[in-house]
Amino acid sequence: MGTVDLAIRTRGLRKLFGSQVAVEGLSLEVPRGEIFGFLGPNGAGKSTSIKMLLGLVTPTSGEAQVLGRSTRNAEARRKIGFLPEHFQFYSWLTARELLRVHGRLYGMPRASVEGRAWALLELVGLGAHADKRLREFSKGMLQRIGLAQALLNEPELIFLDEPTSGLDPLGRRLVRDIIKAQRERGATVFLNSHLLSEVEITCDRVAFIKDGRVLETRQLGGRSDGATSVIVKARKLSPDVASGLSRWGSSIRIDGDQLSFAVASTDVLPDLLRYLVAQGVDVYELRPQQLSLEERFVQVVGEDRGL
Amino acid sequence: MQPIAVIAALTFKEAARKKILWMALLVGLAFLVLFGVAHHYQTFRSTLTPLVRRQILNTQFLVGLYALNFLVLAMTILTSVDTLSGEIASGTIHAVATKPLRRWQLLIGKWLGFVGMLTIFLVSMVSGLALVSRAIAGHSPYHLMRGLCLMWLEGVLLLTVTFLFGTIFSTLTNGIIALGLHGLAFLGGWIEQFALLTSSERVASIGVLASVVMPSEALWRRAAFEMQSPLIGALGFTPFAAGATPSGAMVVYAAAYTIVSLLLALRLFRKRDL
Repeated sequence: MGTVDLAIRTRGLRKLFGSQVAVEGLSLEVPRGEIFGFLGPNGAGKSTSIKMLLGLVTPTSGEAQVLGRSTRNAEARRKIGFLPEHFQFYSWLTARELLRVHGRLYGMPRASVEGRAWALLELVGLGAHADKRLREFSKGMLQRIGLAQALLNEPELIFLDEPTSGLDPLGRRLVRDIIKAQRERGATVFLNSHLLSEVEITCDRVAFIKDGRVLETRQLGGRSDGATSVIVKARKLSPDVASGLSRWGSSIRIDGDQLSFAVASTDVLPDLLRYLVAQGVDVYELRPQQLSLEERFVQVVGEDRGL
Repeated sequence: MQPIAVIAALTFKEAARKKILWMALLVGLAFLVLFGVAHHYQTFRSTLTPLVRRQILNTQFLVGLYALNFLVLAMTILTSVDTLSGEIASGTIHAVATKPLRRWQLLIGKWLGFVGMLTIFLVSMVSGLALVSRAIAGHSPYHLMRGLCLMWLEGVLLLTVTFLFGTIFSTLTNGIIALGLHGLAFLGGWIEQFALLTSSERVASIGVLASVVMPSEALWRRAAFEMQSPLIGALGFTPFAAGATPSGAMVVYAAAYTIVSLLLALRLFRKRDL
């Protein structure tokens, strides 16, 4: 894929804080128009990665480009929107003034800022609070105005760092709808989250990150790569037989007559069945199950703990 | 240039919204009233010649400026100490620094905003003081403009140093460092003066050393020297610059100190992870 078609491209991006590794060798390619989910437990390096892509944090090594330009180039950010985690701004400004300030920082003409600010305030449900100062805003309202600010310049690439934190169910739905609308506009969205159900609904593709490393990248929405969990109902299961399964799968668990484990692809199922039969197991049922994102996440992130 | 102007204007707006500007003007007004009332009720024994009266009035004016100078410096440090470190700590800076502007533009915008406020406050207070002195006591101070410029440089110097340490340290630490450095310079200045009165040259060089570490107080002493009456200058006795007048080289040094601090602040801020 040419660099032009990529919204984000990183090569071996690494960040150390002192001797602490925050991000270890991040190599990502996010094509334009994709809704990309960045998943990981707290402290996995998600925010640091976003900050490197936005030029807030300087990488220790490696390179990164956004919209075809180096992250060091301030101009690259003219078509980027960013909602920081726990959005905060000068509490002495009103919502409308906040958008004006950000519009001017984007270098937008005054007249277009006014019209767009009003439309965005309505969109995020703050139309009635346009002239209220931020100090009177709740956490959820701050998050909403932060979202409006991130969309002000009609960005081609939008970074959302835990966008639903502090939002009620209606707010979460709003975020979902907004992401959908951005997809229709052809914008790229980079979504940082640890709320898997949110990501599952909205994203085209996700990367699991832990301890600063991408463990797995995965297509969502009907374009499964085949990772599956398998449930086997059988008698005469022994721990020895179960451990023999580690050739094909992982996370093996025996629960009475039920055996469950994960495989990377359904292609291995015939071999697996042959093996079980050869070991003298009476198989009553063998059922592949598409893993939910959450199960896969727990699997990938949990496994890496080296337990 | 536009981002710089936006950031500088925000700094002003913040001061206005948080009522800092109005409070500063109110305090300044109270200051001028006190100064004026003192002048109004000031009486002189009829035996005093006009020449001696003039010396007393000019010294009074310098005392007024001395207090004003302290007020300006304290306000400069207090208002600017939080502007970088506070926004970095709260994360407010994330929404600004990710806009299409360069780090240096962000820092210079803020710096210019504060320099602007400092200038307005200092100029209005010094001219207020001079007007009160002239209107009530009929005394026109000497070399007001030179003194004003030196006091301005002192304010800008401390502002820049506060910015410099704001790129590294937390608000409280930064405040302690900025005030501490000025305190050091203040003490150093007096040590130098007393050392010269008692001819202790070795002690005097300690005072000079303090001025090299932080030349802020030296600028005030130079300002006081410029504004003293020619007679007192000839007698060599003033409470602010007794013999130990900082040289022109010290003024140049202070200006260079300010510029280097600003460049260093820009460099550190550019490299800082936010």
